[in-house]
This record gives sequence, structure tokens and C-alpha cells, in this order.
Amino acid sequence: MSAINPPVSLGAPVHEPQAPGDNYLTHSRGILSWLFTLDHKRIGIMYMVGVLTAFFIGGVFAMLLRTELLTPGPTFNSDKTQAWNFYNHVFTLHGAVMVFLFIIPAIPAILGNFILPMQLGAKDVAFPRLNLGSLWCWIGGAIFFGYVLLGGILNASLGWHLPGGYGLDTGWTFYTPYSSQQASDGTIAALLGVFILGFSSILTGVNFIASIHMLRPKGMTWFRMPLFLWALYATSVIQILATPVLAITGLLLLAERLLHIGIFDSKFGGDPVLFQHFFWFYSHPAVYIMILPAMGVISEVISTHSRKHVFGYNFIAYSSIAIALLSFLVWGHHMFVSGQSPISNVIFSLLTFSVAVPSAIKVFNWVSTMYKGDIRFTPAMVAAMCFLVLFTFGGLTGLFLGSIANDIHVTGTYFIVAHFHYVMVGSVLFAFLAGLYHWWPKMFGRMVNVAWGNVGMILLLIGFNVTFFPQFIMGAKGMPRRYATYPVEFTGFHQVSTYGAYLMAIGLFTIAFNLLHALLKGVKAPANPWGSNTLEWHSPSPPPHDNFPVEPVAGDPYDMKAWTWDEPTKQWVLDEERAKTVAGTEPTKHHH
Amino acid sequence: MLNFLAQQLYLPPKASTVAPHVDVLFNAILAVTAFFCLLIFVGMLVFAVKYRHRPGREGGESPGHSTALELTWTIIPTIIVLVIFYYGFRGFLDETVVPPNAYEIGVQSRMWNWSFVYPNGHVDPQLHIPVDRPIRLVVTSEDVIHSVYIPAFRLQKSTVPGRYNRFWVEAKEKGEFPVYCAQYCGTNHAEMVTKCVVHDQADFVRWLEVASNPERQPGFTPAKGGEQVMSARGCFQCHTLNGAASTGPTFKDLFGRQEVMSDGSTIVAEENYIRESIYYPQKKIVKGFGPVMPSFLGSLKDREVDWIIAFLKTQSANFKGGDANPTAPAAAPANAAPAAAPAAK
Amino acid sequence: MSELVSRQQAAVAAQGDTNSPLRDHHVHPPHLAHHFESPAQQYDSAKIGMWVFLATELLMFGGLFCAYSVYRHNHPEVFEYAHHYLDKFWGAFNTVVLITSSLTMAWGVRMAQMGAKRGLIVCLVLTLLGGVGFMIVKSIEYSHKYHEHVWIGAGNKYSKAYNGPRNEEGPLSAQHSETNALTDKEREHTATLNQMAKPVATTEPVGQPWRDPNMGTPDEAKIKPMQVIPAGLSEAARQQQIKAVDEHKHSIKYEDLPQIEKDRVATFFNIYFMMTGLHGIHVLVGMGLITWVLIRATKNEFGPTYFTPVDLVGLYWHLVDLIWIFLFPLLYLIH
Ligand code: HEA
Ligand code: HEA
Ligand code: CUA
Ligand SMILES: [Cu+2]
Repeated sequence: MSAINPPVSLGAPVHEPQAPGDNYLTHSRGILSWLFTLDHKRIGIMYMVGVLTAFFIGGVFAMLLRTELLTPGPTFNSDKTQAWNFYNHVFTLHGAVMVFLFIIPAIPAILGNFILPMQLGAKDVAFPRLNLGSLWCWIGGAIFFGYVLLGGILNASLGWHLPGGYGLDTGWTFYTPYSSQQASDGTIAALLGVFILGFSSILTGVNFIASIHMLRPKGMTWFRMPLFLWALYATSVIQILATPVLAITGLLLLAERLLHIGIFDSKFGGDPVLFQHFFWFYSHPAVYIMILPAMGVISEVISTHSRKHVFGYNFIAYSSIAIALLSFLVWGHHMFVSGQSPISNVIFSLLTFSVAVPSAIKVFNWVSTMYKGDIRFTPAMVAAMCFLVLFTFGGLTGLFLGSIANDIHVTGTYFIVAHFHYVMVGSVLFAFLAGLYHWWPKMFGRMVNVAWGNVGMILLLIGFNVTFFPQFIMGAKGMPRRYATYPVEFTGFHQVSTYGAYLMAIGLFTIAFNLLHALLKGVKAPANPWGSNTLEWHSPSPPPHDNFPVEPVAGDPYDMKAWTWDEPTKQWVLDEERAKTVAGTEPTKHHH
Repeated sequence: MLNFLAQQLYLPPKASTVAPHVDVLFNAILAVTAFFCLLIFVGMLVFAVKYRHRPGREGGESPGHSTALELTWTIIPTIIVLVIFYYGFRGFLDETVVPPNAYEIGVQSRMWNWSFVYPNGHVDPQLHIPVDRPIRLVVTSEDVIHSVYIPAFRLQKSTVPGRYNRFWVEAKEKGEFPVYCAQYCGTNHAEMVTKCVVHDQADFVRWLEVASNPERQPGFTPAKGGEQVMSARGCFQCHTLNGAASTGPTFKDLFGRQEVMSDGSTIVAEENYIRESIYYPQKKIVKGFGPVMPSFLGSLKDREVDWIIAFLKTQSANFKGGDANPTAPAAAPANAAPAAAPAAK
Repeated sequence: MSELVSRQQAAVAAQGDTNSPLRDHHVHPPHLAHHFESPAQQYDSAKIGMWVFLATELLMFGGLFCAYSVYRHNHPEVFEYAHHYLDKFWGAFNTVVLITSSLTMAWGVRMAQMGAKRGLIVCLVLTLLGGVGFMIVKSIEYSHKYHEHVWIGAGNKYSKAYNGPRNEEGPLSAQHSETNALTDKEREHTATLNQMAKPVATTEPVGQPWRDPNMGTPDEAKIKPMQVIPAGLSEAARQQQIKAVDEHKHSIKYEDLPQIEKDRVATFFNIYFMMTGLHGIHVLVGMGLITWVLIRATKNEFGPTYFTPVDLVGLYWHLVDLIWIFLFPLLYLIH
């Protein structure tokens, strides 16, 4: 066979060896060399740009809706009908953007893409082209959302009407028959967007699973994998099994809306409750798509910055898998009052509680990891500690909801809103920030300013609790969610909540500037600023185009003693011997 | 005492038989939550301070895992959640199993109000119930999913179009409690609020008696009756009286006004047009409005429609005539018989 | 598979060292991407990736199968009645076509592995023809449905959304002469509230005085279970009885359906179109892929050392086939 044949479709093309001192950022120039790169690191960075933009937009919506809620009366428009409509569009887009464009891709697509191959000591993910494909799917989906958004803005401001672009006011849950009849026609574009985003998520999942199965280096058995990889593996399993169901649900809903196929829409003989089953069959596992990678990050960050071997590796690893599997059996807990049969209510309630246990295990193990550690309060560590407390609280409030009799009282109220912000913002967002701070030096070869990082983190922590804690009380008192206006008795709570939200924004901007500043003016980072033993730290910061100048030896990823602090050079240096022997102790396991 | 505090701090009044049980459960889980949050928080802080990095200090050795410990914090939470599940389940049974021969009230929800239908056919925009009497509510919807949420009773049920959902309640306290729609349902979702009035039983019977027969109310006039019916059926949710266009055309000066229809034709709003618009709202749509009004055919009785027409006349400057005075304008006796009011058949 | 792998490794060994350091680009088997160590590893990765992807495909159709089972379970007689519109013959024909094409595909993979270029091309062409045949038959079926006004959504005369001609033969006139989606809504409404308005003594509790005839609990309208055949009949008589019961069950007429079911007849067709439609799209994609492989085959790119694309496309094609094997009995052969 002639050698001029193009390489296998699934692989990346062979490329010329690179000059010394050259890294993935400088490897090649020009916008195209980024947009069409097959380098997992560049793809991760581009994901970061997109996803953080989405986060910012979602945040702007959050500020808008909090501001509307400052007073019971209409704020942005003197005419009530207009103001309420505006609010409904705002909270829907807030939710949809934050979930589909920000938090689901956040950790897997940014940190996962960048770090996973490096922790495997590999040159890339298994299928670099699919990886690029997933990025473009994300962009495609984002464009649809952008269109809906633009349409909404133009309509609100100038009264223009883009075809199929007039905002989105279904709530992020798209319940029928509202979404298939009355809701504004942006629903169609948004559903297409969600559909495409689904594929972005699926492709990432496929890639990670194949990579973890096939690309593990000599010496890295399944139970020698960093816990971040276990977490991503569990996440990918959910992504590939749940997301296609979202895709088909979206298609059916589109057909329902455009053709009236009478499957979800009662007006044509369909069953709205069936839609809820379809939606939550994806969207409950989706919440674990959010939290599992976050848990992975936390395992890395806490052990590294406490300079301690992670406590109870196996329990943490297994519990990730347990959570992934159980997450498919509890979706009905979102429908306790929908009219599904009492028996299913009871079963779903029971199963819901079963998910709580593996999460509990992790939390305790993380805390024990700090025991007898040598703890450094880097922003990453501080964020991780915030996570511990906020996740414990947020998760435990899930128990209120899993218990049927209680849920019937608080469902559809701000109690729910508070619950899921504690887990999605208090937990996932903080873990995401912890990850950014942890790997920032690796990504850009610069150190961040610790003091400012921590200031931002504390502001965020305070702001967060001021925003969402009062919402638990409101909810328990019976304040329904998705309300553009509210009984005066709740005014106080809402105002506190709104001011808290402004404080969060300040905190996040501080953090954003802190990171940007590091990027531009930060001190040069050594290869391994934290003395961590996972493989990505065995390569220079920022890493060269194909990741490792010399093939790293996979040992025990949490063997902190493998690196010792060398005062004169002010660096962590690898104890080659120890690393080798540790690696040697395990039988070499390769594919098959 | 503690309970009273909870009451004031974070819980609505307990006005139903199930409420106290739910609150006990709530507070119990709250205790578990508080305990573990403190445990984690304090534990973390202690470690953080005790083992913080100091120059020259190396992290000490400690076991990488301890099966005994880990089993402990697997098993204890398991037990706790099972207990929580059990009581949640118990409470749910109480809320599900309806006592025999409960008093039944039908609930029809629509954007953005409810019709509570009493066994004698009376339709009311508010939920009135007797105290200490099991009430069975059979709820459904005409358009999208709504819900009936009564915090004071700790009860909520979605009203789903195309199916009937049921729940029951026995009120323990007299008084008025807010009723919310807690299922997002479009523009005015936030204003889909009414109240539940708990009477003592004798009062309730009296209330129903009067409510079902407006004519018997003192000082009744057809116009007043019309206004009552309209607010009862939530007409004013979409039609204003102040001239501002809303979901539907305003009632101000409607009667006798020239209306342009969506098909371009024009008609003058008179008795028959109004009657038709109530029974067959989709037949003629005023230009600039959507075909969103539900039909009231069969639900509004003819005499109620007559009252509505009478009321609309009082609201319209375009309505010429309608002088309530049977004798010549010159000498108008003060007490003009209300029976002779216009259009009252 | 391992047998193939070993063969690949052997072949590669022939070409130069498999275990050269990761970063060595001088000796490099063709088609081996830089981030893999050996063609075997690359091949297995591709294989795993493909299987995982097929899993997502199954889950995606799984959603539709759920919708199907829910409605089949809640409205059996609707499916009984409506499925007579589907032509068993064409369904069976297509099944045969797809199975055959699956066979030729599998054969093709074999050919590729053995480096038999001509054989590979022949197999791929045959498979492609199978796909074409399938799509032709499907479009014939679809166009029939379209002309009979049992099309998807508003093109279906049984649907409340129906917007086609109304006054022709059959159920159309029966059901829709007096109604369209709108007045229909009114009808429900009236019925409901008329019922509600039934005067009842205030204090006396009542059951459900206002059940809406258009909303029934599903189980209300189930097909009656086969009655027990009276004992002590002559064998012939018994057979006759059974036959009679079956007859009745299979010759359900539109008129026999309760209103609540009449309103749902269209749902059968909608499910049919969603399922076969999505499947059809997959067939088209499959044909595209096969064409792509075919072109590469003519360029002589495949052989014992490298046949991954043929293999993966093969897997995909088998899945498409498999799904149809479920669709056919579920939609065409309802009993
Ligand atoms: C990251 C996202 C995330 C996560 C991780 C979770 C975690 C959990 N969630 Fe949550 N949830 C959401 C996101 C999330 N949720 C969202 C977005 C919604 C609303 C969607 C909408 O309607 O818009 C929702 C709604 C929701 C409902 C439906 C409420 C309703 O609408 O009526 C329920 C009901 O059971 C529930 C339960 C739980 C439970 C039991 C957990 C558990 O997994 C939590 C487990 C964790 C812990 C238990 C804490 C750690 C434990 C310890 C420190 C030790 C002590 C432990 C014990 C004693 C058990 N959630
Ligand atoms: C990950 C998901 C996520 C996140 C992060 C948030 C963040 C926030 N959310 Fe949101 N929220 C949802 C998911 C999320 N929310 C969902 C799913 C719903 C339900 C929607 C529905 O009912 O349909 C909801 C609904 C919801 C409601 C209820 C609306 C209602 O029911 O009426 C409220 C009310 O207070 C609220 C508030 C906020 C606030 C104040 C924040 C703040 O934390 C936002 C702060 C963020 C910013 C101010 C942006 C700043 C960003 C930058 C400066 C750039 C970032 C760069 C770096 C830091 C590196 N959200
Ligand atoms: Cu009705 Cu919300
Ligand atoms: Cu959930």
C-alpha cells in the first residue's frame, strides 16, 4: 500500500517534530490553526472561551431577573403584561443557557479535554477529529441560542420579529402543552440548539470512554487512574446513555409543535406527563453529569493542596460509578405532584435516597484527606473547601425533596431554586473555579495572585449564601418559583437575595480579572507548581504540542512524597527512583 | 415552643390535618442537615487550622484508607435516609388515601384562574370549604398544566389537561389562606393566585346557598349580578374596565362600539354579538387579538349572560338609552324600580 | 477480533518496529495516527468508540420504542384498527432486503480483511443496492399514506389538527363533518361544564358528577379479553368459537372505537412516521457511508493491515438493520 494514503479517518495526521521551547500555544499561528486544530489542549481552550462567555450571558440574565424581583411591581416595563413576559423570557434563557451551554460542558469539555489525555500520559484523546466535531456542535448549538436571544432582544426593544426568533419562555423544562402551543416561537430554534448541543456532549463522552480504555500508559491500571479520570469516565457513561434520550425528546417535541403529532400534547390525544418522564429521564442524570466531574476535580485539588494521599481511593472511585448507575433510576422525583401513580412516587422516592449515600461517602473521604495534611490555602483549595460545605448543605436539602410528603409542600417553590443553586453554583461552579485555579499554571504557564484569588472566592462565598439562603426560607413559607411578581410579605427576602446576587457578580468579576491578570502578567510557572504526582505535571507548563518531551512513568498518582521541595531552586523535584519503584510494584497493564 | 419558632421563622400556618406531620418531618430532616453540615464544617476548619502549611513543616504520614471508618459512614447515612424515606412515605399515604364520603369539589384551571365547581353546580373563583370535613378535590385543566398549591395545607397538585388528578384535605383552622398556581403557565403565572376560605360548617352551607343564587342577595341588580359572574369567571383577567387593551378587548365603552374583526368586517357590539362572543368566542375575533378565549357554552346560564350584558351596558358611553326610569324624565321618582332595569328579562 | 488484531500486528511487525518510542516519527506504519502506539491499539479504540456510539443510537430509538409501548398499552384497539393501513407485504419485502444487505455487508468486511479488492467492491455495491431498494419501497408506502390522508400530523384525517378535504368516504365524514380542532374544543368544554352544572343536594357527597366523555381513564376502552369458551363443545364448535372471537378482535371498525380512542387513531400514524422516518434517515446516512467506503475501496486503500472503516460502517449498517427487524413486527404485524 502506498504511504501517500491519508491516515485513518479517526486519527490525527502525523506531524513534524517540534523545535525545543515550543509549546502548544506557540506551536502554530493564525486563527485557523486554532479553529481547525486537532490538539485537545487548544480545543479545551476554545471551549473555555465559549463556555465562559455563555456563563457571562447567563449571569447577565440572572442579574436582570434578580433586579426585576427587587420589588413586587413591574420594573423593566410599566405595562405589567410586557414586564411579566420579559421576566419569563429572562429566567428561561437564564436556566437554559446556564445548563446547556455553561455547566454541562464546563468541566468535561474544558478541563477534561485539556487534562484527560495528559493524565493518561497520552498525546491526545482517542479521536481528535470527533473532539473538534464536538466543539463545532457546541458552537452550532450556541448559534441557535444566540439567534433566539437576538430575536428576543430585537423584539423587546424595537418590536422587530425575526422568524422563529422571538425569545424563549417555556422554562428550561419545556413542559408541554405550553411549549407545544402557547410558548413563543423561539422554542423551535432553541430545541434545535439543544439537539445539536446534545451531540457535542455525546461525542465528548465517546471520546473519553475510548481514551480511558485504550490510551492508559504502561503501569496505569484502572485503580492507578487519577480520580478525575474515574469521575470523567462515570460522567461519560451518563452522557452517552442519557443524552440520546434528550435528543429524541427534542425531536418529538419539535414534531409536536410543528405537526401536532399528539404524543405529548393533550389537545391532540397526547400525554403531557409522558413528556415529563422523557425530559427527566435525561435531565436528572444530567445533574450528575454536572456534579461528577466536579467531584473529580475536588479529589485532585484537596489531595494535592493538602499534600496528602487521597483518603479511601477505592470508595471514591466506586461511588462515582454507583452514582452514575443510580442516577438513571430516580427521575420520577421531579414529578411527585404531576399525577404519576402513587406506587411510582414511592419507588422513586426510595431510589432517590440511595443516591445520597455514595455522595456522603465522598464528602467524608475528602475531609479525612485533609487530616494530617500540609495544607496550602491556594484559591483552588479555598474553593474546594467552600465546595465541601456548600455541597453538603445543598445535597442534604435534596433529602427534603426526596421525601415525598415534604416535596409535595415545597415543590415548585423557591426551596427548589435554592436547592439546585446550592448544588449547581455552590458545588459545581466552585469546583469548576477550583479546577481553573489548579490547572491555570499548566494551561498558560503563569501563576495566579493567591491573595486576590482568595478575596474573590470569599466575596463569591458570602454573596452566594446571601443570595440563596433566604430562598430556602421563602420556599418553605410557600413562595412559588417562576413568579415575576410576589405577595408583599416576601419583599424582604427577595431584596436580600438580590443584593446578594450583586455581590456574587462582584466576586466573580474579581476572580475573572485575577485569572486574566495571571494570564497576561503572571509569574512564569514551573512544570509542577503544586508538587502533584499526576502525569500532567510531569510535562512543562505550558505543555509542548504533543504533551510530553519524555514519556512519563505512571506511578501512584497520589504519592505526594514522590516530589520533594528543593529550597535553592524553589521547585518541586521528582524523586525518579521512588517514582520508578512505585510504578514497578504494579503489574504492567495495557489494553486487553 | 420550638415548633412555634419554626412557625414564625420559616413555615406557613398549619391549617390542615397533614400539616403538623409534614412539619415534624421537615424539622427532623432539618436537624439531620444541621448536624452533618456542622460536622463537616467544623471538622474541615479544625483540620485546616491544625494542619495548615508552615515553613519547614512536612505533611505527616497517615493511613490511605480505613475500611472500618468508611463502612461506618456508608452505613449510618444509609440508615438515616431509610428512616427519612419511611416517614415521607407514611405522610404520603395519609395524603393519598381519601376518607370515605368526602365532600367533592371540582377544579377547572385555565390561564390564569381556577373555577371551583361545587356539587350543586355553583362555580366560584375562590375555594370555600367547611372546617373539619374531608374535602376531595378533582382537578383538571382546560389549556396548559397549572397547579393548586395551598401552603397552609402543605398540599399541592398539578392540574393536567386531558386527565383528572385528585387530592384531599381536611382543614383544621378557620380563616383565609392563599392559593397559588405553582406550575409555570405563561405570562400571568405569577398573578394566578386566589384564596381558600375555611368556614365553619353552618356558615359554609349558608355561604353556598347565597353564592349560588345571586338574585337572593340584598340590593341585587342584573348589572351587579353580571359584574359578580364576570369576576367569578375571571373575565377581568383578560378584559379591563379602564380602556386599556389586554389579552382581550377592553369592556370600557364596548357595548354599542364599532369593532373591526380579524377578517376585516365590522360589526356593532350589541346583545347578540356579546352573547355569541361568550358561547362561541372563536366565531368572531376582534382585529389585533388572538383566538384564545375559552367558550362558556353550557357553563354560563342564559340569565347570567343577560346580567353580563346589563353590566356591560353600564360600562359603555356608547350605550344610548337604558334609562332606568319608567316615567317621563321630568319628574323622576327617587325609587325607580330596579326590576325595570334594561335587558333584565 | 483478537485473531484479526494478531494478524494486524504481524503485518505491522513486517513493516517495522511497533514498540518504537512514542515520539518516533521516522518509522511509521501507514494510517497509524501519531497518538497511537500500534495499529492494533488504534483499531481497538475505533472499535470501542463505534460500539459506544451504537449504544447511543439504541438509546435514541429507545425513546421512540417507549412512546410506542405506552400508547400500544393504553390504546390497544387503536393499534389493532390503524395497523391495517400498513401493507404487510411491503414490510416483509423490505425486511428481506435489509437482511440480505446486512449479509453482503458482513461479507464485504471479510473481503476487505482478505484484501480481495474486487470482492469487496461487489459486496459494497450489492449492499448499497439493498439500501436503495429499501428506500424506494418506503417512499412507495409513504406516498400511499399521503394520498389516503393518513399522513403525519395535520395531513392525517383522523387528527384533530387535520386540515385536508373533509367530506369524503369513511371516518372522515363520520367524525369530522361537524368538528374541527376548534369547535371540538368547545364540545369538550360544553360537555364538561354541563356535567358540572348538574344540580346536586349541597351537603350530599358525590362521585364525579362531571366526567368529560372525551377524557376517560385509558383502561376503560381496552379490548375485551377473549371470553371463556363454554365447556363440552364439539372440537369443531370450539374452534369456531375461538375463530369468532378472533374475527371480532381483528375486524375492529372505526365506529367500534369509543370517542376517546377515535381521537387517538392519528397517534398510531404519527408514531409510525416518527419511527420509520428516523430509521429511514439512518438508512440514508448508512448509504452515504457505504459510498464513501466504496470510493476508498476502488482506490485500493483497504487490506489485511487496514480495514477499520469498512468494519465500522459494517457495524453501523447491522444496527440499522437490527432496528428495522424490531420495527417491522411492532408496526406491521400487530395481533
Ligand atoms: C448538580 C446538580 C444537582 C445535584 C448534585 C443534585 C443532588 C440531589 N438532588 Fe437535586 N435538583 C437539581 C440539581 C441537582 N440535584 C436541579 C437542577 C433540580 C430542579 C430542576 C428544576 O425543577 O428546574 C433538582 C431537583 C431535585 C428534586 C425535585 C424537586 C422538585 O422539583 O419537587 C429532588 C427530589 O428528590 C432532588 C433531590 C436530590 C438529591 C436527593 C440529591 C443527592 O444526590 C444529594 C446527595 C448529597 C448529599 C446527601 C450531601 C453529602 C452528604 C453528607 C455530607 C453526609 C450526610 C448524608 C446523609 C445523612 C444521607 N433534586
Ligand atoms: C449552572 C447553572 C446556574 C447558575 C450558575 C445560576 C446562577 C444564578 N442564578 Fe440561576 N437558575 C438555574 C441555573 C443556574 N443559575 C436554573 C436551571 C434555573 C431554573 C430556570 C427555570 O425555572 O426554568 C435558575 C433559576 C434562577 C432563579 C429563579 C427564577 C424563578 O424561578 O423565578 C433565580 C432567582 O434568584 C436565579 C438566580 C441566579 C443567580 C443570582 C445566579 C448567579 O450565581 C449568577 C452569577 C453570575 C454572574 C454574575 C456572571 C459573571 C460571570 C463573569 C464575570 C465571567 C465569568 C468568568 C470567570 C469567573 C472565570 N436563578
Ligand atoms: Cu397557572 Cu401557573
Ligand atoms: Cu433530580
